[in-house]
Amino acid sequence: MTNLTPAVAVTSKLQARDLNFFYGKYQALKNINLDIATNQVTAFIGPSGCGKSTLLRVFNRMYELYPHQRATGEILLEGENVLSPRTDLFRLRARVGMVFQKPTPFPMSIYDNIAYGVRLYENLGKSVMDERVEWALQQAALWNEVKDILRQSGMSLSGGQQQRLCIARAIAVKPEVVLLDEPASALDPISTLKIEELIYELKKNYTIAIVTHNMQQAARVSDYTAFMYLGEMVEFGDTNTIFTNPTNKQTEDYITGRYG
Amino acid sequence: MDWRYFRRRTLNIFNLSGSVVATIFGLVWLFWILWTTLSYGFAAFDWTLFTQNTPAPGGSGGLANSIVGSLIMVGLATVIGTPIGVLAGTYLAEYGKGNFMGGTIHFINDILLSAPSIIVGLFVYELVVIRLGHFSAIAGALALAIIMLPVVIRTTEEMLRLVPNSLREAALALGAPRWKMITQVAYRGALSGIITGVLLAVARIAGETAPLLFTALNNQFWSTDLMQPMANLPVVIFQFAMSPYEQWHALAWAGSLLITLSVLALSIAARTLLRKVRMDQS
Repeated sequence: MTNLTPAVAVTSKLQARDLNFFYGKYQALKNINLDIATNQVTAFIGPSGCGKSTLLRVFNRMYELYPHQRATGEILLEGENVLSPRTDLFRLRARVGMVFQKPTPFPMSIYDNIAYGVRLYENLGKSVMDERVEWALQQAALWNEVKDILRQSGMSLSGGQQQRLCIARAIAVKPEVVLLDEPASALDPISTLKIEELIYELKKNYTIAIVTHNMQQAARVSDYTAFMYLGEMVEFGDTNTIFTNPTNKQTEDYITGRYG
Repeated sequence: MDWRYFRRRTLNIFNLSGSVVATIFGLVWLFWILWTTLSYGFAAFDWTLFTQNTPAPGGSGGLANSIVGSLIMVGLATVIGTPIGVLAGTYLAEYGKGNFMGGTIHFINDILLSAPSIIVGLFVYELVVIRLGHFSAIAGALALAIIMLPVVIRTTEEMLRLVPNSLREAALALGAPRWKMITQVAYRGALSGIITGVLLAVARIAGETAPLLFTALNNQFWSTDLMQPMANLPVVIFQFAMSPYEQWHALAWAGSLLITLSVLALSIAARTLLRKVRMDQS
């Protein structure tokens, strides 16, 4: 038998172990087990209400904002269970950044939008902060468009620019993981393309988990794809296999557009 | 043209004219009041209003002591009422959503919002005036602050609710503690709305008479001592208008004009700010 070990060892950044999630009595995630590989893009697809966004919100414990939502099982970030009550929530969210479906620029200048998150953790001098802001905006491929208007309100930007601003804001904190919750679903095709190119660039430095409704998008940007249905992980594997040769009938039906 | 079309047209004309007549009827009184205040007020207007104190019966003078008194008490009430109101409104919008305490406060605040101001005056009379043994400006300011409070609470709560929840989630997802999210993100989104609420609350208390009758009463002389009775425009208007003296009547009209103009200015400022809020949100 030939040796199937990949040339580059793939390590896991985030792992879900026997994860269950409840909205009150309703179980939204059922016994999820999966590994998200370091510096790779993992896409979550599935019909509306299948639990993919819920899963994303467990990774940084966003669900805790709301009463009656709870998770059981483990989420391991580099082996450490983030669902443990001992986990420092603020540090967790610094390590696991998130970008939402609708762009959410804060009502402040473009510069302050980026600096806001940084100031939560670091006390930087002005010139160092200037450099950090420029770096983050360049990472998000927004610098050239906004370098002369850094003092303008972040809300004055177009939708696509706002979304890249939010990505820059998440990156400025220097997280290890970036969670993208349908980041392009509110954007036009050109802006979507820019976000997708950006994701491709970002995976060099970050581990990325993206929820998307758009299967072509999942196929284009991701290395691994998870297909979820009714709160269960139906199939998880590398994107090529999932899209060309799925083992599960449900996955095949969904991908070929027979339902969903 | 069939009958139905004719019927519809007639009904439409009938309804339209009905509502126009009702609107005119309502507005006539408003303009009448405004016109009377402005014409009598400007007739009595004189720059000595600002330099001379309220006169003895039959004498001539100005309103200086009552203008300053009103400014002091309304100012003090704003200083007391605004921070408490903003903090309480913040609690309701950010922390008390859906819990028992939040619901209860919200309900009580609604009642307080429509409580007759004379009751607030009596309350402070019992609480402060009786204990101190005399009327005082501080009691007046306290009564005005209590009247202002529910207005500020309500607007702060509503303006914070207008800040989209996605913004809060975004700040928290960056790892911001809740209080930083509120002070640095939510307040920024709601700022002009909250200021508008404070301005409207100031306009509301600027003309309050009943609570001051029981608390600050009046003072014929110049006084800035908070522990003493203090002159103020509404009570001066009340007393002077009821008097038989011609000069006092004129001063009452002039006082009404001053209050009307300042409330008008506050409302315009509030509206301008509110328009800015709406523009920011769209």
